[in-house]
This record gives sequence, structure tokens and C-alpha cells, in this order.
Amino acid sequence: MKECYLGVDIGSISTKGVIIDNDNNILTSSYIWTEGNPVQAVKKLLNILKDKIPKDYKVKGIGTTGSARKLIGLMLNANIVKNEITAHAIGTLTFYPNVRTILEIGGQDSKIILIKNGIITNYAMNTLCAAGTGSFLSSQAKRLGINVEEFGDYALKSKNPVKIAARCTVFAESDLVHKAGVGYPKEDIIAGLCKSVVLNYLNNVGKGKKIIPPIIFQGGVSKNKGVVKYFKEILKEDIIVDENSHLMGAIGIAVLAKKNKNGNEYSLEMQNLKFITKGFECHRCSNNCELLKIYRNDELVDSWGSKCGKY
Amino acid sequence: MKIAFPQMGDYYVPANYLLSHIFPNVKVIKAPKITNKTVEIGTKYSPEFVCTPFKYTLGTMIECLEEKADILIQMGGGCRYGYYAEVQEKIIKDIGYECTIINLVTEGVTRFKRINKLLKIINPKYSKIKALYYSFITFKMVKYMDEIDNYIRENIGFEIKKGTFESLKKEMLIEFSHIKRYKELKQTYKKYLNKFHKIKIHKPDNRIKIGIIGELYTIMEPFSNYFLEKQLAKHHIEIKRFTNVHYLLFEKAKKTKKYKKYAKEYFKYNMGADASDNIARCKYLCENDYDGIIHIKSSFCTPEIGAMPIINKIASTYQKPVLFFSFDTTTSETGIKTRLEAFYDMLEMRKNK
Repeated sequence: MKECYLGVDIGSISTKGVIIDNDNNILTSSYIWTEGNPVQAVKKLLNILKDKIPKDYKVKGIGTTGSARKLIGLMLNANIVKNEITAHAIGTLTFYPNVRTILEIGGQDSKIILIKNGIITNYAMNTLCAAGTGSFLSSQAKRLGINVEEFGDYALKSKNPVKIAARCTVFAESDLVHKAGVGYPKEDIIAGLCKSVVLNYLNNVGKGKKIIPPIIFQGGVSKNKGVVKYFKEILKEDIIVDENSHLMGAIGIAVLAKKNKNGNEYSLEMQNLKFITKGFECHRCSNNCELLKIYRNDELVDSWGSKCGKY
Repeated sequence: MKIAFPQMGDYYVPANYLLSHIFPNVKVIKAPKITNKTVEIGTKYSPEFVCTPFKYTLGTMIECLEEKADILIQMGGGCRYGYYAEVQEKIIKDIGYECTIINLVTEGVTRFKRINKLLKIINPKYSKIKALYYSFITFKMVKYMDEIDNYIRENIGFEIKKGTFESLKKEMLIEFSHIKRYKELKQTYKKYLNKFHKIKIHKPDNRIKIGIIGELYTIMEPFSNYFLEKQLAKHHIEIKRFTNVHYLLFEKAKKTKKYKKYAKEYFKYNMGADASDNIARCKYLCENDYDGIIHIKSSFCTPEIGAMPIINKIASTYQKPVLFFSFDTTTSETGIKTRLEAFYDMLEMRKNK
């Protein structure tokens, strides 16, 4: 019987699952939309993955990362729950041990990770606004009536990208409406949008950080060829985009699950699992904490959100 | 007549002690603990882009007024903090409360003549000798509290039985508030210092050490920094913090000159509030064996915004990681946790390389 490890990255927009073996080879992977319901998405994900694992493999570790990592960690009984910054760095370092800079743009957040000699030396994450992240791009794609997946191809067609005020999502959108209203072609607007994502990223997240090659670009937005093109143009460096760039977080957490294995064996059979969360507000003091109780098969496993430690 | 003051950290104990001893006939209202409601009230009546401590203190002031306080005490400092008392007075009067606001420190300077005049508003016949004696005890109390806090900060992450430090400190504060003479205070302090040193800890040699620098209110009021120190202690980290009330009242004037000399390659002039101090502290942390620096401030804190690029530069010269936090009333707690976790992971990776 051979051993394998599952890494699940539950993001704001998409849920990623990867299964690796002892030599960090990807056995199988899956990428589905979260659609605002991480529990349902993970159930669906596991259902897909379960059938794709080769027969002679046993799952020996599960790791979760992403914004719903804690909840799903409880649901799957994961042996490791880690933040997405560490997971992304570990995942990338597994395949590119010499990497110096990781640029990452996801659905809701964007980050930059600086690495030296295989160790994270500094990182930053967007602080205030989601301008220039995946959800912004996909909502704009919807406005313009095209699929996000085609975004990159449109952008590459343009020779004259328009300038878009991308400091803030709301301003960017009104500027976009204006540019479309005065008659700029769609390609130029889309290219301008891609360029503004890059500029916004470098001015906000990348501020004060030295970007040294080799540079790796990942996260969902790295699949957008337009954004990649403008990163290359503005940084004047080569940008590496791995074919699994959208899965790096999941790979990283799977690697960590392997390092942290405790000998237990895990089942991916989740279809019959009853996993319910109940939210309520506590009015014992004026803090009015929003509490969340989590039940696994009708048994209370954890409750979150209490400031005083009563729950 | 009732007096009240906005609260910060555990300093309500000495402040309450001082006021209730100088004015024995006046009731001192202990401001309620800061909760989400306080913040909500403060935010509702504050200008949107004012620094966050303004919102917190305004919130507590209004909560005290709800408990029928007549006199509110506020201080001022060398930044926007200097305008707090006047602006808050105007806002409170506009809402329709009747009260007097006494601003004890303006422009960061303490003048006895002025304070004397102001205290006469509360009671024209207050005893100056008593006031001086109890001020002395109070300042000593602040000093002892800060010393104990420094010890706690260095060791709380390594306590064997969870919660021992916290419960002992609560006990100490209660005993401090019932003290009658200076001698008694000193004895109590020594007794508790002993007790704190006897708490069993397990402190490994390769522990992670972090220095926290930044804007004073956010550093000192745990609610406003989302209990950052508690979170770090959970990860078994030794914490070094410079700013406390004793520093601000007695050491700052002297230290600022030293700091200026120490970090002269980074700044020439004072940058307002604690900004230049923080630059020098950053250099100190980098030159000593600290693994990382966390810089925290409230949103829109202008002096610290000026200090941030310089801190970034120092850190990259010395190759030390810095984490910047800017806290607002609407900051998401999850975001803070994610960044903090990643910071901790990074420090551990660097340590084990």
C-alpha cells in the first residue's frame, strides 16, 4: 500500500484539492467554484477526488488552507491547518527551490512573498481594498459580457491599452463605464484593466519590496495572459507561470500534511457527514460577540468568536 | 459631582486612586471596559478620518456621561492628540450633554501652575500637600505596574499553567487600589514581584523574540490592537515593548535626545509623537538579537506614517522582517490572524534554517 496526502485550499472564489505521493508528485487534482458555501464545495471536491485516486493508495494526511481553513480543518479532521501565505511559499519552494519572489493574486487578496535561500524573508498582503484581485476582474468581465477565461486573449489583441484609475474598485468601475461610453474598443479597455491590476499590485502590495528574479506568478489571476504580459513589460523581467500555478496553495499544504503525518489514515467519504454551523449573537455583555457553533454529526466540536472565553 | 476619564489598559487603577484621594468628596466613575458598543458610539460621533484613539476615547467619554459624569478628564500630546480635548468637548456639547472637560496636558507639556488652576475647578479648596503626596504614590504605582508588565511580557508565553500570570496580575491590581501609604505600596510591589518570579516557566534558549513598536494608544490599549500581545503569547513568543505610561511621563524627554544621537543617520528632527523614538527603537531591535519587529498604529496616525518608510529601510538594511498593522474600528480580525500566523511561521522558518 502506498501513501498519499490531500491538500485542500478553500478560497473565496474557488476550492482546490490536490493529492500528492511521497515524492511530491501530483497524483490528481481538482478545481471547482466555492459559490459561497465551503462545506458543500469541499464535499463535492472530495467526491471528485475520491474516484480519481489510484487503487493502491491510502490517504495518510490532510491539510487545509485558505480563508475557510479552520472550518474545513475541523470537518475533515485535518492534521494540519495553516495560513495561505506559508502554504503558497512551501508549495512553490517544492518545485522551484531557487525562487526569490512570489507574486500571488487570488480572488479576494493579493500577496507578495520574498524568499532567500529557501526561507521566507518578507511578505505583504493587500490591506484595504480588493481592487485588482480576481473577484474584481470577474465582475468586470460580467459587465463587459465576456467570460473571465477569455479575458487574457482579448487583452493580448490590444495595441493601445487605455489608462484606468484603479486605486479603488468603485472608481475603476466608473472610469471603465466612462471609457466604454466614449467609444474605446473592448480589447483596449480589457488590456487597460489588466495593466491597471499590475500597477495597482506593484504600488500597493509590492510597495517598498525589492522584486528579484526568478519571479513566479501564481493564484487564479496568473491564468490571465494579459496580466502576465503586463507584469513582464513593467518589471522588465521574465515571469514564470507554472501550469499548476492555481494549485500551489493546495500543493503546499499537502506537503506540510506529509511532514506532519501522525500515522492516522483518513477517509474521503464525506457524503453522509452532517456538518452544521449555527450562528447566534451573545448578549451577556455589550461586546455582542457573534458566535458560531460547529456541529459534526450532531456533536458540538467547537465554537468560535467569543471574546471573553465563555464559549 | 462625578468625575470620569477615558480608560487605557490597566491604568484606570492608578488614575482612579489619584483622583479619589485628592478629591475624597467627589465620586470617580470607573469607565466601563471598552467593548464593541463603545467603539460603535465613538465612531458614530467622530469625524470619519480621525485617528482611531479619538473614537475609542470619545466612546468611553459618552458612556461615562450616560452614567451622569459632570467632569471629564482628558490629556493631550505632541500630535493630533493635542486637539482631542477641544474637539471632543465640542462634539459632546453638540450632542447635548452638559459637562466640563479638563485637559491636564497640552502640547505635551506638564505645567504645575496650569494643573493647579484646573484642579481648582473640581474643588477650590483641595489640599495641595495631599495632592503632591498622592501624585508621588501614583507615579510610583505606575512605575511598578510597568516594571511588572515588562516581566510578564517577557515570560507569559512560557508559563506552564495557563493563566497564572493574568490572574496574579489581577490580584495585584486589586491590592494596589487599596493602598494607604507609600511604604505599603513598596512592600506590596516587592511581594508580588517575588510571586511573579516564582511562577514556573519553561523558556527554551532558541525562543522567538519580537519587539513591538508604534503608536502609543494602540500599543497600550489591548482592545484596540485586537489583543495582539495575547495572540503572540499563545505562540510562545517573548515580547519587548518600550512604550508605557511611565516612559511617556518621565523618560521620554531624556530618551528622545539619546535616541536622536543613536539613530542620527536616519532622522535629524523630531517627527512628532513617538515616531522618531520608534525609528531608534527599530534600530535597537535590529542590532540586538530580536527576530522580528511588529509596528502597529491606528489608521491615519500621521507621525507613524512618516516613520514607516524609514523603519522599512532600517529593517531591510539589517535583513530583519517587519510586520505593519494599521488598526481601524472596522478592521477584520481574520485578516490580522492570517498575517500574524504567517509572520510567526516565517520567523520559525528563519530560526530553524
